[in-house]
Amino acid sequence: MSQDTTAYSADAVEPDTPAPGDERPENRIDRRKTVVLTVLGIAIVAVMWYVATSTDGPMARVFSGVLREAISPQTAAVAIAVVGLNIHFGFTGLLNIGQAGFMLLGAYGFAIALNEGAGLPLAVLVGLGASVAFALLLGVPTLKLRGDYLAIVTISAAEIVRYTGRLSQLTEYTGGSQGLPGSRYRGEFTDLSFFGDGRTTIGPWSYQNTGVDGWWARAVSWAVVLLVVIVVALLVRSPWGRLLRGIREDEDAIRSLGKNVYAVKMQALIIGGGLGALGGMLYVLPSSVQADQMGRQLTFFIWTALLLGGAATIFGPVLGAIIFFSVRILIRGVTNAYVPDSILNTQQTEQFSWVVVGVILMLLVIFRPQGILGNKRELQFNA
Amino acid sequence: MPEKTSASAATPDTTANPYADPAARKELVRGIEARPGSSKPDPILEVDNIVRNFGGITAVDVDHLEVQRNIITALIGPNGAGKTTFFNLITGFDKPTSAQTLTHRPEAPAHWSFDGKALDNTSASAVSRAGMVRTFQLTKALNRMTVMDNMMLGARGQTGENLLTSWLKPTWRAQEREIEGKAHELLQRFTLYEKRHDYAGSLSGGQRKLLEMARALMTDPQMIMLDEPMAGVNPALTQSLLGHIQGLRDEGVTVLFVEHDMHMVRHISDWVVVMAEGRIVAEGEADVVMADKAVIDAYLGAHHDTDLGDDSLLTDETMANLQDEAAAEEKHRD
Repeated sequence: MSQDTTAYSADAVEPDTPAPGDERPENRIDRRKTVVLTVLGIAIVAVMWYVATSTDGPMARVFSGVLREAISPQTAAVAIAVVGLNIHFGFTGLLNIGQAGFMLLGAYGFAIALNEGAGLPLAVLVGLGASVAFALLLGVPTLKLRGDYLAIVTISAAEIVRYTGRLSQLTEYTGGSQGLPGSRYRGEFTDLSFFGDGRTTIGPWSYQNTGVDGWWARAVSWAVVLLVVIVVALLVRSPWGRLLRGIREDEDAIRSLGKNVYAVKMQALIIGGGLGALGGMLYVLPSSVQADQMGRQLTFFIWTALLLGGAATIFGPVLGAIIFFSVRILIRGVTNAYVPDSILNTQQTEQFSWVVVGVILMLLVIFRPQGILGNKRELQFNA
Repeated sequence: MPEKTSASAATPDTTANPYADPAARKELVRGIEARPGSSKPDPILEVDNIVRNFGGITAVDVDHLEVQRNIITALIGPNGAGKTTFFNLITGFDKPTSAQTLTHRPEAPAHWSFDGKALDNTSASAVSRAGMVRTFQLTKALNRMTVMDNMMLGARGQTGENLLTSWLKPTWRAQEREIEGKAHELLQRFTLYEKRHDYAGSLSGGQRKLLEMARALMTDPQMIMLDEPMAGVNPALTQSLLGHIQGLRDEGVTVLFVEHDMHMVRHISDWVVVMAEGRIVAEGEADVVMADKAVIDAYLGAHHDTDLGDDSLLTDETMANLQDEAAAEEKHRD
């Protein structure tokens, strides 16, 4: 019986044909790798947890900072956007270089609808609707062309959204360059909380139960991440997901088999963009809607997290987002703690942390192009 | 779900080919006039006025062509004759210059129909859904997917490929099993069964050709169009490929294939269409066509039997004669 990692082929191979080659050595290696990575991950978290809670030195502060960043609602929000980009790039091969634009549009739709008095469910729908319209607008003219065109159009359109949001003429709705303060739209979300008042501390994590940026925001954000990962796993392991990967490999081959490639690419663009918008909504809940917070830079963070975790995997995007943000905090914290201010002051360590992240990304692309969870064998055959 | 036999897995109708018998086939093609654009008793594909210009060059200019149902038709011609362009045009991967559009109304608009269904202005996927499925000269195996996934993509009408039902596995599980059974049979027939879990990118060039053909058969095509199926395939595999193609014909699939190796063509084709410089210059049975002067000219040049080693040829008189001949031919062609 096959132990394939892809669910549909694992279940589908009839049990009465145990042909040679079903139990492939690669699968055993994959399983061993998964175990090793999981154990390693748990060990790292355990060490950081111990140092952060039971010791009292500079590293305690650094590690508790890292652990806080790992579960922050904004990490979760970006993780959802990365899952969306994974549908675009990882599975379908669509080059979307404007995922932050989808996030910003979702955030604006959500926040403005709440400001105008819509209920929470309607506001979420408005945010998602805005991203669907955006995807259609970008996809209709470009999806019939070669992939590069979508890349150009998405990066420009994301910038257009950002600049439009900053327009002073729109200050009444978007807050212009000042943005929309979270206090204006957050109320309904925090009112939903059944966590009550007070403060709860678990290890290095100490937050208000509800509050502006408390356990409630964390719980909801990560619950949404879990839900999104489950739905995406169901989708990409289905024949529809197989179609996506086929399109990624060679559109013309799929066309020659009679599939409507254009429609499927549009579906992928809309779903991935919708997840971006969902991420955008969660991103602004504990903070505020600031157009400049969701610019090109965030798009590149999302791409980095995707490549780090592993494109075309199920958990890669989430893992990538967590590691990307935590490692930067780690670098910044360690530099702050051990490099004297005369060499790098606090502001410079911030910048230095981004430099190191960039170098790590370069090394990653050179030495582990498949990312942490990716399948190297897939990368050996260039399409 | 009842087990399907390998024959019915590949074709919708197995007993329907009256031309599986060589004698019947011989008789059929004897009855067809051997000239470019001749009419066939039961054409499955009819093509009219397909012209394709690339800048000032006319790559394809086909006035009329009919392809007979249930036999193997070879489309041959020297390099650059326009065979692949012609394939791309009729399968919707390219648009004819002579296509009629809202703004462009040519005198003789391109028109082609498959099994009575007009295909002008139809997308590549719609052509495929009509039952005319092609393969590519440069094989398009989906490299980073397994052989099995490649095959599964060929199947038509999958519930699981619909976004709305795809995440509900119970809606497509049974169909998936059924398709898998069919894929296994085809893979066994094409000697790829042992490789079914391997990535398509790890297959050899010849095996990829086999995979592409098997994948096309997953769609249950009425007509399969193979673009140079033998290119880059080793001789042993060529033999089995030829056998597969003949087997398809016998099961009722119409085969149209492009090839420029004449010997291969002679071996398996029932009817041969010759293209040169974008036009159809001859049609007929393989032996007849290969003796045709226009065909020999197209392949070898009009003066291929002129021995340039003979010193007498280099006299001014002979050269002048040759030049006159060439000029007259040019004029004739214009």
